[in-house]
Amino acid sequence: MLIKLENITKDYADEGLITSALRGVALEVKEGEFVAIMGASGSGKSTLMHIIGFLDKATSGKYSFDGEDAEQFIDSKLAEIRNRKIGFVFQAYNLLARTSVLDNVLLPTIYGPRLDKKTFEKNARQILEKLNLSHRANHQPNQLSGGEQQRVAIARALINEPRLILADEPTGNLDSKSGQEVMEILQDLNEEGHTIVMVTHEKYVAECARRILTLKDGQIVSDDQVAARHIAKDGLIK
Amino acid sequence: MRLSNTLKYIWGNLVLNKSRSFLTMLGIIIGVAAVISIMSVGASAQDLLLAQVKAMGTNLIGILPGASDDQGPPSSAFGIEITTLKYEDALDIKKLPHVLAVCSYITGRGTVSYQKEAYEFNYVGLTPDYPVVEDTAFAAGRFIKQEDLDNLARVAVLGSQAAKKLFGQENPLEKQIKVNQIVFKVVGVMKERGASGLQNQDEQIYIPLKTAQKIMLGIDYVAYIRAKIDREENIAPATEQIKQVLRFRHRIKDPAKDDFSVRSTAQALDILGTVTQALKSFLVAVAAISLIVGGIGIMNIMFVTVNERTKEIGLRKAVGAKRKDILLQFLLESAAMTLLGGLVGIILGILISAAIALGVNYFGYDWKFIITPLAVFLSTLMAVSVGLVFGLWPANRASLLSPMDALRRQ
Repeated sequence: MLIKLENITKDYADEGLITSALRGVALEVKEGEFVAIMGASGSGKSTLMHIIGFLDKATSGKYSFDGEDAEQFIDSKLAEIRNRKIGFVFQAYNLLARTSVLDNVLLPTIYGPRLDKKTFEKNARQILEKLNLSHRANHQPNQLSGGEQQRVAIARALINEPRLILADEPTGNLDSKSGQEVMEILQDLNEEGHTIVMVTHEKYVAECARRILTLKDGQIVSDDQVAARHIAKDGLIK
Repeated sequence: MRLSNTLKYIWGNLVLNKSRSFLTMLGIIIGVAAVISIMSVGASAQDLLLAQVKAMGTNLIGILPGASDDQGPPSSAFGIEITTLKYEDALDIKKLPHVLAVCSYITGRGTVSYQKEAYEFNYVGLTPDYPVVEDTAFAAGRFIKQEDLDNLARVAVLGSQAAKKLFGQENPLEKQIKVNQIVFKVVGVMKERGASGLQNQDEQIYIPLKTAQKIMLGIDYVAYIRAKIDREENIAPATEQIKQVLRFRHRIKDPAKDDFSVRSTAQALDILGTVTQALKSFLVAVAAISLIVGGIGIMNIMFVTVNERTKEIGLRKAVGAKRKDILLQFLLESAAMTLLGGLVGIILGILISAAIALGVNYFGYDWKFIITPLAVFLSTLMAVSVGLVFGLWPANRASLLSPMDALRRQ
């Protein structure tokens, strides 16, 4: 089991007022799964994903990742896990401005273990090639379309060969054609064996996954396998 | 994170964020350059003033009319006319043992003309000892003699610049000039002396004291007297003797009621030193303000960019940066920026100081190009610490946020 959540809660204190974003979430994700988390805004889906990705800490509950109890992790261990085992794809891409596509992809490697830089660069170029971005390697993010920027972000998520890819509304800022391309990539990656957890509020995007979780008011209200999966390659989603 | 990578990324960041880096450095550059050049001007001005007093000759005693105390010069030094000092006082001073030469002075301003050339010059009424007292020489002709004084002769000796202006290439000797419509005969031309204090001595003309008193000004007193003493160690006794002579001549019994003041150049140097030191302190205050302004500039840029940087820090943490990676990055980034800015500031400050020195020298002053190492050190230290503090502070705060909170910043 890659991810195992038990009774996870998350409270935010805002000016003394406590808001519960998650109220006792239990979840298991196996290796190789492609899970979409759905729910209205405020349902806690993003919070759940941030906790899974160690970007945020749960208020209470038990979380074990890749067989390890996350409670034991100190900050530097969390940084290591984020660096080596998890790849993030954000809605807003979050690329470093004024930095080449290649350097953006290489960003996680500078915080990783000391390895040959040439190897990293070769890997980065291979990933860019695979994502049809080779010709953009030396461009800067602002010269790229939204879809291209999101593909760069995916390449960055892949560079350290993570156990888990987390995508937070990966198509949220994209037009439907670019969105379709991004989903195509995610599906391909899943076919190759990558575990993906994706947050979305769009049903047709969620139906590209194999399993859909629905959150409401901080609790999982449904957890189903997708019966009729969309295959992004076969045409525009919608 | 590896250091080589960090350095590469920092350099990348500086180059990539050109305008941000430049604006930050600008604060440091301006602060450092301003401090260095202001302090340089202060030091050079002090040096210039002191050098010019020294150039008058060190074994000089000056006698001014009016009382003075230890706190400051007599009011006559500020241009208030006091009539107690007379030519005859100088004659008696000259009789004292250690006194080599004595010169009495009275000054006026008037239109000096030769044919169609006319200028406003200062004229100085003098006695024959002047070249000895002030260590000057004349280039042509002769100086004022005792007979000139006795006869109220209308003869004039020209400063080198005055001669050039009035006569050009022509030989001025034996020519007639008019000073306030009174005809004088030119008998000599002084050697060039260079500007001194606030007046350019080369632009003055010199006439016999008595002529100036009786014909030009209609007065019987002198502005001041200077006495040249044979040796430095005799200055103190000579000062005392001069005081006694003057008290006797002015019938003063109580030294507290002296109507004159006697000062040696050494004392004058002391006073001038105090004054210029105050001037320098004032300049330091001005320089400090420019440093503060520079510091605020740095601070502003750092704070304006903090949101962008917070997002960047959030992203870096999300992809695996540890807190110490973030701090190291920002520390090195700020250090590189402030040191580079400091360096450019030092160079710019030195260039500005050199330009000022060149400019002032062009106007005939012997203005030395002085760089104070303390100014360089202090300003750089200050700028670098401001840069580091305000570079690290926002970064430190951002690095404490969870990656999610940092990323959410708009």
